[in-house]
Amino acid sequence: MSEGLNFEGWSCPLPLRDHPNIVMGHGGGGKLSAELVEHLFLPAFAEASAVDMGDAALVAIGGARLAFSTDSFVVRPLFFPGGNIGELAVNGTINDIAMRGAQPLVLSAGFILEEGMPLDQLAAIARSMGAAARRAGVTLVAGDTKVVDRGHGDGVYINTSGFGIVPEGIDIGPTRAQPGDAIIVSGTIGDHGIAILSVREGLEFGATVESDTAPLNGLVADLLSETRAIHVLRDPTRGGMASTLNEIARASQVGIVIDERKLPVQDAVRAACELLGMDPLYVANEGKLVAIAPPADAERLLARMRAHSLGRQAAIIGHVTADHPGLVVARTGIGGTRIVDMMVGEQLPRIC
Amino acid sequence: MCLGIPGQIKEIYDMNGIRMGKVDFNGIIKDVCLAYLPDITVGDYTIVHVGFAITRLDEQSALETLALFQSIGLLDEELRSDVAEEEAA
Amino acid sequence: MKYLDEYRDPDLAQRLFAEIRRITTRPWAIMEVCGGQTHSIIRNGIDQLLPEEIELIHGPGCPVCVTPLEIIDKALAIAARPNVIFCSFGDMLRVPGSAKDLFRVKSEGGDVRVVYSPLDAVRLAQQHPDREVVFFGIGFETTAPANAMAVLQAHRLGLRNFSMLVSHVLVPPAISAIMESPTNRVQGFLAAGHVCSVMGTWQYQPLVERYRVPIVVTGFEPLDVLEGIRRIILQLEAGRAELDNAYERAVRPEGNVAAQQVLSEVFEVTDRAWRGIGVIPQSGWRLRDAYRAYDAEVRFAVGDIQTRESPICRSGEVLQGMLKPNQCPAFGKECTPRTPLGATMVSSEGACAAYYQYGRFIKAEEVGVAR
Repeated sequence: MSEGLNFEGWSCPLPLRDHPNIVMGHGGGGKLSAELVEHLFLPAFAEASAVDMGDAALVAIGGARLAFSTDSFVVRPLFFPGGNIGELAVNGTINDIAMRGAQPLVLSAGFILEEGMPLDQLAAIARSMGAAARRAGVTLVAGDTKVVDRGHGDGVYINTSGFGIVPEGIDIGPTRAQPGDAIIVSGTIGDHGIAILSVREGLEFGATVESDTAPLNGLVADLLSETRAIHVLRDPTRGGMASTLNEIARASQVGIVIDERKLPVQDAVRAACELLGMDPLYVANEGKLVAIAPPADAERLLARMRAHSLGRQAAIIGHVTADHPGLVVARTGIGGTRIVDMMVGEQLPRIC
Repeated sequence: MCLGIPGQIKEIYDMNGIRMGKVDFNGIIKDVCLAYLPDITVGDYTIVHVGFAITRLDEQSALETLALFQSIGLLDEELRSDVAEEEAA
Repeated sequence: MKYLDEYRDPDLAQRLFAEIRRITTRPWAIMEVCGGQTHSIIRNGIDQLLPEEIELIHGPGCPVCVTPLEIIDKALAIAARPNVIFCSFGDMLRVPGSAKDLFRVKSEGGDVRVVYSPLDAVRLAQQHPDREVVFFGIGFETTAPANAMAVLQAHRLGLRNFSMLVSHVLVPPAISAIMESPTNRVQGFLAAGHVCSVMGTWQYQPLVERYRVPIVVTGFEPLDVLEGIRRIILQLEAGRAELDNAYERAVRPEGNVAAQQVLSEVFEVTDRAWRGIGVIPQSGWRLRDAYRAYDAEVRFAVGDIQTRESPICRSGEVLQGMLKPNQCPAFGKECTPRTPLGATMVSSEGACAAYYQYGRFIKAEEVGVAR
């Protein structure tokens, strides 16, 4: 039944061990997702894989380094305040590439379409993708379309892949954080996740929150022109800031300390999170980045971010430490401390 | 066990015979059932749990509580600084 | 946010901490009844900043944690049925039943949906007349009025395809059970603020008198929790045992009369088994005969349920305040939020989950074990 799957290393709940299935949490971007990659995919690919768990993979080719990334988009609903699945798909892969310090050059787009999906919706999505690519200066060069039976596709699923070239002398990746580094976020957190929840069935509320989906390659270029000493760039998508910071802490084997009071959060996002009992630190973002850089460069980077239209509300939210490696710790509003753990499955609204 | 958040009533209406309201939580507007607060009016604050307003928030009392917190330790501080002054003198 | 942020003011919090330190001269063991209060305490680090003499014992006020295993298993059985849309609060989705949880049922094809309000489930029933819509009606007295209204609404609309799996629990009998336990160490209670918004404070006076124990109705924000603690310490230090209300902006002695009327129309008191604790007499609510048609247990007549708890799970002791989560041998090892053995590790207000999530490990270095 579990042909060849070795569950030894999993910390799986007993039920999963007995009847293994994918559960929604596997797509959440938190611990379950990471486990699936580490314990199912990587061993299966074995020597044929060289995954380094950063946003995009670095591939050395003929003296250049390519940053190569792929991402799939299954968001529901397809259209939400501030955007649709199309621009999410384009911006998402652009951002993964940019987080390596590379300028994205080309993208591919694969569509899995559900039988019955209205063509005008698909056209609107495609137009958004074209606009997003143009905005970012990226070319859509390859694509594919498949159709699945009605009832098997949520309208459309989109995969985008792409690459860019990492300039010489740039070495940005999740393993590079150093004790003393400053942690800067480019703007308000939680916008995208709340925008989605605001229209999802069963959890509607008349919110003024829009998704922050945006291509960050322009902002990254600005930052790199300010200094090349940036150590880490990540865009905190699924699993939110908390998961991203945990991944970095683990990859770099450093501790991270953040100050809750310094996190930029829109009032309406905060209110929505209070209402649903969610923590903005775990809510997805699609147009924000986290930069980790030496303290000497922090103020300049902050100023450069704030000068950019996508970084107006940038803030320094914490620092890297040699203490408690692998752990992210937050100073709470009233002066206590708490550990900010990685998200487990999906963050669910709660009543209690 | 009771995630209850304060919000302000912006509008009251009827849905299928139930008294409902549009409640504003800092920019988030949610439809909330007001059936259990027949006397509440637009402009009042209420605590909402699972889509139901369960109590009117008494604003006067809220301010008094905050004033109490402000005053805690104050008398003690004054006494201690008085004593310190006396001892210095 | 208005009437929320003010009660999180760090300077005022420091004042309250200082005042509590000033008035505390002896060790005291206080129980905060409500899981929401537990969550607030651990999340804000309040337990770390209180003087050592004050021990906070986390009470069984987590409806997710105490929902009987048998009911969970019934929920899972109902949710797995092909024609059913099973609606639940998000909190319940990861609670382990004997063999699986609602998330697993969903992954196996069950139509399980998270709703914010029970009225959302009623709406689903209207929208899908060909499906059976079942709502998982758990909670303390705070949530019961919402669940009652959903039943009334379904009745009013003549919805034949709506039913509720009811598992309500009541606070006052739990306090009695705790005080009558031979191993009880609790010397004072922080009563659950929003439960009292609904039910009022009058039910607690007899408990104060019977057990000579101070009870302070307390809110949830850091300043509210600290104020509740301050008032209870004042009483304990002075040898007093009285009922006090520290959450006056949201609680009146009579409570919400309109809600209480609807509750008594729709529900009646019944004995209830609390997961991990056992049967507490007259500690739950079930649907009255007049609304039996909406009782999912009756409608679905789920057969013989054989429950099976993890033999090493000690949720019950945690819920009764006899064991701190990080004293349980399975904590952080076999039992983590990913691999919960009991409900207290799953529920966002379960003490075990709070301890785990906010890092109350015995030593920070041991966190490595938990990953």
